[in-house]
Amino acid sequence: MTTKHTFKTALVGLKTNKSRSALTILGIVIGITSIVLMMSIGQGAERLILDQVGALGGETIVIRPGQEPKGPSDIGNTLFADSLKIKDLEFLLKKQNVPELVRVMPAVIVPGSVSYRGETFRPTIFGSGNPEFWSENFNMFTEKGTIFDDQDIRDKKSVAVIGSKVKEELFGESDAVGEFIKIKGRKFRVVGVYKDQGQTSFFNINELVIIPYTTAQTYLLGIDYFHEIITEASSADVVARTVLDIETTMREAHGITDPDKDDFFVVTQQGVVEQIGTIIGALTVFLSSVVAIALVVAGVGVMNIMLVSVTERTKEIGLRKAVGATNGDILRQFLVEAMILTAVGGLIGIILGTTFSYVTAWALTNYANLEWTFAFPFFAAVLSLVVSTLVGLVFGLYPARKASQKSPIEALRYE
Amino acid sequence: MALIEVKNLEKTYSDGTRALRGVSFDVQEGEFVAIMGPSGSGKSTLLHMLGLLDTPTAGSYVLSGKSVENYSLDEVAHIRNTEMGFVFQMFNLLSRTNVFENVKLPLLYSTVPEGEWDSYAKKAVESVGLSHRIDHEPSQLSGGEKQRVAIARALITKPQIIFADEPTGNLDSKSGEMIMDILQKLHDEGHTVLLITHETHTAEHAERIIHIKDGAVDSDIVVGKRRRTNGSFTK
Repeated sequence: MTTKHTFKTALVGLKTNKSRSALTILGIVIGITSIVLMMSIGQGAERLILDQVGALGGETIVIRPGQEPKGPSDIGNTLFADSLKIKDLEFLLKKQNVPELVRVMPAVIVPGSVSYRGETFRPTIFGSGNPEFWSENFNMFTEKGTIFDDQDIRDKKSVAVIGSKVKEELFGESDAVGEFIKIKGRKFRVVGVYKDQGQTSFFNINELVIIPYTTAQTYLLGIDYFHEIITEASSADVVARTVLDIETTMREAHGITDPDKDDFFVVTQQGVVEQIGTIIGALTVFLSSVVAIALVVAGVGVMNIMLVSVTERTKEIGLRKAVGATNGDILRQFLVEAMILTAVGGLIGIILGTTFSYVTAWALTNYANLEWTFAFPFFAAVLSLVVSTLVGLVFGLYPARKASQKSPIEALRYE
Repeated sequence: MALIEVKNLEKTYSDGTRALRGVSFDVQEGEFVAIMGPSGSGKSTLLHMLGLLDTPTAGSYVLSGKSVENYSLDEVAHIRNTEMGFVFQMFNLLSRTNVFENVKLPLLYSTVPEGEWDSYAKKAVESVGLSHRIDHEPSQLSGGEKQRVAIARALITKPQIIFADEPTGNLDSKSGEMIMDILQKLHDEGHTVLLITHETHTAEHAERIIHIKDGAVDSDIVVGKRRRTNGSFTK
């Protein structure tokens, strides 16, 4: 029998049992839909995160206290470490120590809320040094007023620059600059309001409150260390060298000789990008293996129904053999039936998965204000089609062999 | 040279039943032979052996001068396709498949070029007088019509031998007569017809009647050509 007629015969066989065919592929449809959806969303998430991380700029090098977390249990070491002190800034700022360093900005994070005349809002409060950092790295410029300067930092002034959302929540339409807001019971004079930035990074810039780090340390937190030191190399090309210089300098400042005993660690954007890639990759692999199991189950389902189909069509098989079908003809007919079934299931799954991921992207863009870009998951689609057809081939083989080996008279006698 | 030569054909099933206990006879090309016997006599088993649907446990079967034991499975399938046509008691048509497609079925497995399939099928359907039923599905046909479709299907590859296993067994006497007339006509056209039946009046269409009893030939009588009268078929 020609290939063309093998396919034709298989198609007729499937059409005569439409509802059974549909039920058979349900498992495959669900499996492939989840693969496509998952891979598409994974890709979207990776792109979104990388875009935002990239916004920080490749020159940025962040020094964090404690040891680099190797797993979830290590995170505590970082959160409660107090190893970054004012002395480190002096060491880092010495040109001979880290020649390519152009900016050093200590930062502390203040948990809590801000209030103004009974209105309360919970923003992200940054105790920041070097206020130009924000304008240069995030294009954050004030709409009204100004940012505080180095003198304010030295004087531990209680001044704050607030994001547009914070302003709107606390002040509504009225003017904020010159007014006093309360953070942890302490009054801060609003010196500036940032322009509306939209969601452009990890944290919502519009929900930021930036105050001098010295003020935050002394009056709000009662600490003398930093949560991190954000530094910047002169260009992305010298980041690797600068990281080494920073490490050497920090060890010198902390009197550390054994790198294993470091009480700080350095994070670069490059490192973050790689880490995120690894995490998303691992998640995708994990989820894919779950879906792979689902596909095997779906394949067993296909095999089951194909076996039922072979038994039901024993007479047809007998007849085909009586009029000249070889074992190979019968084998190919049932194998092609199984493969068409699963390939069609795969196609439907690709269409559904793509639709769902498109809807997801649309919803995330419109309702969660994320810059989520939808892209047709081409790789996932090709993979799905190949995998589903293979499932048909593998799980169709046993029923098809069974069909082909039926003796024609046994088959003809079957009632 | 005889078309079919069987010698000491035996068939013992795996459960120990001895369906055939040494059957020997020859069939010449163009003969119309009826194989008769009560149910359980082994006549159906014999037909399955002759039609290469099953293999004997002992004995020899020479078809057109060649011993069938030497054929591979695929060669056997090819012989069934080109040399043999089958008509079954239960019609065995594909359901939800129209008459035309049912008749064409053997061509799928043949070497006949696809361009000629339609004309082959038209001719076959015409010869059993069902041209007006070409688009109908088996469920819309009477028993007699179904059997005529089955005959058209058996004819389509222009085989030398037609095997008919109780072709009238499920039909009323009038439809049965019509089927026998068609088989008669095929015989007149030169086909070798092997008919299995337990009804004497059906067997009387044949020129020769072989009686099978307990898996062996009981009698083998040439009854002449008395029913071979008109040779034409009218619907």
